[in-house]
Amino acid sequence: MDITKVSLKELRKALDDKEISAAELAEEYIGRIKTADAEVESYITVTEEQAKIAAEQAQKLIDDNKAQPLTGIPLAIKDNICTDGIRTTCASKMLENFVPPYNATVIEKLNGQGYVLLGKTSMDEFAMGGSTQTAAFSKTKNPYDTGRVPGGSSGGSAAAVSAGLAPAALGSDTGGSIRQPSSFCGVTGLKPTYGRVSRYGLIAFASSLDQIGPIANSAEDCGILLNAVAGRDEHDATSAGVPVEDFNAKIGQSIKGMKIALPREFFGDSTDDEVKQAVTAAAKEYEKLGAELVDCSMSSLKYAVAAYYLISGAEAASNLSRFDGIKYGLRGEGRSFDEMIRDSRSRGFGAEVKRRILLGNYALSSGYYDAYYRKALALKQQIIKEYNDIYAQADVILTPTAPTVAYRIGEQETDPVKMYLADICTVTVNIASLPAISLPCGYNADGMPIGMSLVGKRFDEATLIQTADAYQRNFTVMPNKFRA
Amino acid sequence: MKLYPTIGLEIHAELMTESKVFCTCSAKFGGEPNSRCCPVCSGLPGTLPVLNSKAVEYIIKAGYIMNCEISRFTKWDRKNYFYPDLPKAYQISQMPRPVCLGGYVDIESEGKTKRMRINRIHLEEDAGKLVHENRISLADYNRCGIPLIEIVTEPDFHSAADVTAFFEKIRLMLQYAGVCDGRLEQGSMRCDVNISLAPEGSDTLGTRTEVKNLNSLRAIQRAVEYEIYRQTELIENGERVIQETLHFNDATGETSSLRSKEDAHDYRYFPDPDIPPIIFTEEELAAIKADIPEMPQQRYERYTKEYGISGADAAVLINTKAVSDFFEAAVKAYDNPKPIATFITVELMRRINLGEVDAENIPFAPENFARLVELAETGKISKDNRKMILRDMTASGGTPDEIAEREQLWIKEDSELTEKTVDEILAANPKAVEQYRNGETKVFGFLMGQCNRALKGSASPAAIKRVLEEKLK
Repeated sequence: MDITKVSLKELRKALDDKEISAAELAEEYIGRIKTADAEVESYITVTEEQAKIAAEQAQKLIDDNKAQPLTGIPLAIKDNICTDGIRTTCASKMLENFVPPYNATVIEKLNGQGYVLLGKTSMDEFAMGGSTQTAAFSKTKNPYDTGRVPGGSSGGSAAAVSAGLAPAALGSDTGGSIRQPSSFCGVTGLKPTYGRVSRYGLIAFASSLDQIGPIANSAEDCGILLNAVAGRDEHDATSAGVPVEDFNAKIGQSIKGMKIALPREFFGDSTDDEVKQAVTAAAKEYEKLGAELVDCSMSSLKYAVAAYYLISGAEAASNLSRFDGIKYGLRGEGRSFDEMIRDSRSRGFGAEVKRRILLGNYALSSGYYDAYYRKALALKQQIIKEYNDIYAQADVILTPTAPTVAYRIGEQETDPVKMYLADICTVTVNIASLPAISLPCGYNADGMPIGMSLVGKRFDEATLIQTADAYQRNFTVMPNKFRA
Repeated sequence: MKLYPTIGLEIHAELMTESKVFCTCSAKFGGEPNSRCCPVCSGLPGTLPVLNSKAVEYIIKAGYIMNCEISRFTKWDRKNYFYPDLPKAYQISQMPRPVCLGGYVDIESEGKTKRMRINRIHLEEDAGKLVHENRISLADYNRCGIPLIEIVTEPDFHSAADVTAFFEKIRLMLQYAGVCDGRLEQGSMRCDVNISLAPEGSDTLGTRTEVKNLNSLRAIQRAVEYEIYRQTELIENGERVIQETLHFNDATGETSSLRSKEDAHDYRYFPDPDIPPIIFTEEELAAIKADIPEMPQQRYERYTKEYGISGADAAVLINTKAVSDFFEAAVKAYDNPKPIATFITVELMRRINLGEVDAENIPFAPENFARLVELAETGKISKDNRKMILRDMTASGGTPDEIAEREQLWIKEDSELTEKTVDEILAANPKAVEQYRNGETKVFGFLMGQCNRALKGSASPAAIKRVLEEKLK
């Protein structure tokens, strides 16, 4: 069995049928990581020892016929999700040696099923960026072309899945951080509705936008992970009391008569022609499957990036203030408290993180609050309204995930404004608290994957998975060299 | 030119919830350093606050007893600043939408009833504590996340007496409401005082200073008096008062600068995205209001009107909640409030004031105290023996009945013994007897005392008096 070519369902069956043991499966992945990850650099920490122990425990459950969907399944976890006793760095020098004394709720839930942790994956520092090149260590490469970025901020998770170094992974998405790297690496990533998955234990970037979600080889695999981690959590007051359904329940149901909206503004000049063509072709596929395409507009899109960077920057500036080096993290020097934290923060944070902190504090400063932060909140209301208007006449929305394919390392990530504008296709989803899934819909002339996004109504992940799955049944993934 | 002080207060009161405001750690005072904290209240990355609904209930009660409007919609904000005792580098507080708005408390000060207006009351979290040792500072996060209410008044105060009367009054009200234990020595209530001076009759206020963190009545009074004196001196010498935040030094009785207006923080308040806003229904608010216990003023009315206790005694009873609660329990055991009240105000309060008995930890049960009063009222023991028995109860922990039995203090009304004793006393004091018979009736008291002492309380004073009068005829 080539473990990189099978779905989670098939892995489950192989484990339950004793075709492979949990230990063998974990070993195979660890072996693959040892061979390929020197080039991809998708992991910051590989947890070989813990994986062995977890696999043994999982095997007992399997042998006792007590297996759940993820028992014995190896997974990679983004390094901003706290794991008890295992270093959690946020790819920052600030937290290089931070070992949390507690598990994130999603980790508790996965442990409850007996999953096997392979390691912690790289990301843009504190999830700020779209290239994974702002990471202080493990600047991940794109498995389709290691001269290119994997996207970000969950670039490590997306690249690991893409290169077959994990069958699936968890990422987090604040403005596109699951979807955009999924698009760049040719895999499927689901950003759930805000409140669907507990944020407890996710090191916060922007609390009103952050959401943990799965990255996998298919929409169905994403659904299996989401089934495991979703639900109301008493440790997160913003987690929703909406009952957790089987997110894969609608898989296989016909999408005949489904209305798919294409907002014009997402197909404008700033989007590459190759991307537009691939997404438009995918829309035609949906038409063939019986869906009805609806032309629509989102006029506030041009302000979305500004609103996003103000809101996320303000929250980030406050969230990251706790990193003062007193109890954990990089400890600077100085003769006074002020000197000490200034030194800790100057040395601990990278340039992009500092830029966001400055931006956020500026937006919240007395005299500027009304001009920036309050306006951004007003825009948020406008964006929500425009989405509601579209959903009055459509079931899902189809857009490109990113205006381009993965770019070359060093090409773009040094120009912050250019980088920020590249988030145009993804940020409104977070601002409006909606669920969205990115899936590959083609490859450009260089063989780089192109991704499209389906955006759903709040708490309607099941329809997104159904719709994505309907397309994936007829789509052939072009494997990269690590999985050939 | 006469200068007139104008004063406004910000009072922080810790709520007496079991657990902290955003996590489940114990909210008790003290404990080994950092023994009462968890990843949430010590601000570890990834943790999230979850609001304690009990704290919300308590602030609503505080609002009602101070006649505030309770906001139907309330939310929390982050107040951002760096300080080593604040592990998240922001305090979760409330800015534009506090739980309580507008209100008032009437106080008695300088012989007048004055209405002091409340601007707002909001709910926030306390910070930790720093301990400075030699050249090291140590942080203790036990206090981090203890729920605090901040009561902000209007500038309606004009003297130290106004301020202390108000502080005492709300301390008592919060205690009665079961909202704050009011233990000043444990820092349960702290007061910031804003003071400015202006010529009497002036329309505008002078430049104000803020004295931070006063935690005793005496400190509040001294700080206000000192600051009025200091500002008066400055103005009269033609100097300027600088807008600044001050620290009051208990040892010297003087204030000193902490920071000036220029160094003031920009707290960059914004809505806390981790805590959803709350919308209260009328039913929820009505249920909380109905749950507020009797306030000191109501008890005072009941004591004076229903029980016929004097205003002075009633005031003594209510002014210490523990004493008033003790009285209530005693009355429940023996339904005769007046003598119980009198014995408390005369005897128990004396022992409390002498420091022999701790009001918060009275060493005998109110039922036993009530029984003691009952024994005296029903003539089973003499009133004079009550004090002795009370002292014995304090020391031995025995009941009044046990002690009366052990010490043989029961009034036996043995007329033979009484007559015999009176005869002996009269025989031993022929001069007094003669004086009495010559019309100097005031020696009767002396003879009464002699008989009483000899009988050791085994006869009631009425019986002794009857026999003595008979024999002296």
